[in-house]
Amino acid sequence: MKRSVIDILDLSTEEIESLIATAQDIIARPAEYAHACAGKKLATLFFEPSTRTRLSFEAAMYELGGNVLSVTDAATSSASKGESVADTARTVSCYADIIAMRHPKEGAALVAANAASIPVINAGDGGHCHPTQTMADLLTIRREKGAFSGLTIGLCGDLKFGRTVHSLINAMARYPDNKFVLISPEELKLPSYVKKDVLQEKGIPYEQTTSLEAALPQLDVLYMTRVQRERFFNEEDYLRLKDSYILDAAKLKAAKGDLCVMHPLPRVNEIATDVDADPRACYFKQVLNGKYMRMALILKLLKEAAQ
Amino acid sequence: MNIDAIQNGIVIDHITAGRGMRIYELLGLDALDVSVAIIKNAVSHRDGGKKDIIKIDSDIAINFDVLGFVDPGVTVNIIRNGQLVEKRRIDMPERLVNVIRCKNPRCITSVERSIDHVFKLTDRKNMVYRCLYCETKVAQ
Ligand SMILES: [Zn+2]
Repeated sequence: MKRSVIDILDLSTEEIESLIATAQDIIARPAEYAHACAGKKLATLFFEPSTRTRLSFEAAMYELGGNVLSVTDAATSSASKGESVADTARTVSCYADIIAMRHPKEGAALVAANAASIPVINAGDGGHCHPTQTMADLLTIRREKGAFSGLTIGLCGDLKFGRTVHSLINAMARYPDNKFVLISPEELKLPSYVKKDVLQEKGIPYEQTTSLEAALPQLDVLYMTRVQRERFFNEEDYLRLKDSYILDAAKLKAAKGDLCVMHPLPRVNEIATDVDADPRACYFKQVLNGKYMRMALILKLLKEAAQ
Repeated sequence: MNIDAIQNGIVIDHITAGRGMRIYELLGLDALDVSVAIIKNAVSHRDGGKKDIIKIDSDIAINFDVLGFVDPGVTVNIIRNGQLVEKRRIDMPERLVNVIRCKNPRCITSVERSIDHVFKLTDRKNMVYRCLYCETKVAQ
């Protein structure tokens, strides 16, 4: 049966486990999967550019032996002619077996999924959801920390607008014995509805701080995000705060030896390049893990669609 | 229209004081060619508090989901030939379709044509409805 993935919470924890198991099997035995999607086509339908996400989906499909139809200018080719997202999804359903879609409007992937006759994977719908990023984050945590529980997870930077952060909290809140440390300037604190509806509702411990240095020593995972200039009301606040959320080799000295440093990328300057060679830097592994999880998800959805 | 003696029509009673106009708007009663009376701040004989009442002097079909969404405590009295033939309690609908629109300018419903505007009940206790597409909370 056709099934789409719009939000990370569309996948149960059992399904996450099975996707992780598939991804780890792909990592161990890539040749076994080299023809798994032979004869199948993935359409990457991007209404706004996101080269790294599109490349990850396309590389994933190629490594499964499938083919790719790439629409990089969906916004100019269909939307400018007034075509609705629903009609575009119906049309693409005639050519491809599965869609990965990126769109600037929130909820666009659900509209496409409701209209398409083939599975749709949300590759980002505005500030709303980006489930395959969270899947990449989860595989990284699993491979680096060995578990999804008993972790102290620091989230640093823009916690207000960062959808990757909200999504990771939603995903990790389903596992026991984790604690969150929310590190951000006052202006970019985690929205109260996330605190109330997720953390407080589930009784998950968390603390809030404005100091990365103060939080670092207790963390098992540090998820960095970019503090963007345009989020601030005035330039002085931005200049005052931007450097306090830069992780560099000097600050990292205070951290645990087995800390896992993550970042959804692209980074600008929030992680200094002198961190890159540190074994605790996991953000490029995260990119690779994203490809493996996308492979696992494409396999799962194509298999379910054929049943 | 004699507001006390409706022959065939609907009386929406026990509306929380102040919500009568919102119900009137969402039911689209302004667009109908029927007599409608809105009574605001009437004294409720249930508890002596205040309530609004809407009397519609015609046996039209109304969208009960609107009532369940705005004010699930209302009662609907259906009157035929001057007699009360049915008294209905209203429940909160699980989904509200094409009654209100999402106000989030970043929501796909702001640009996509011929799309159903759907809100789902996500928290019954606190009467929270969210846009099906972008999950923005909506106010009653
Ligand atoms: Zn919306």
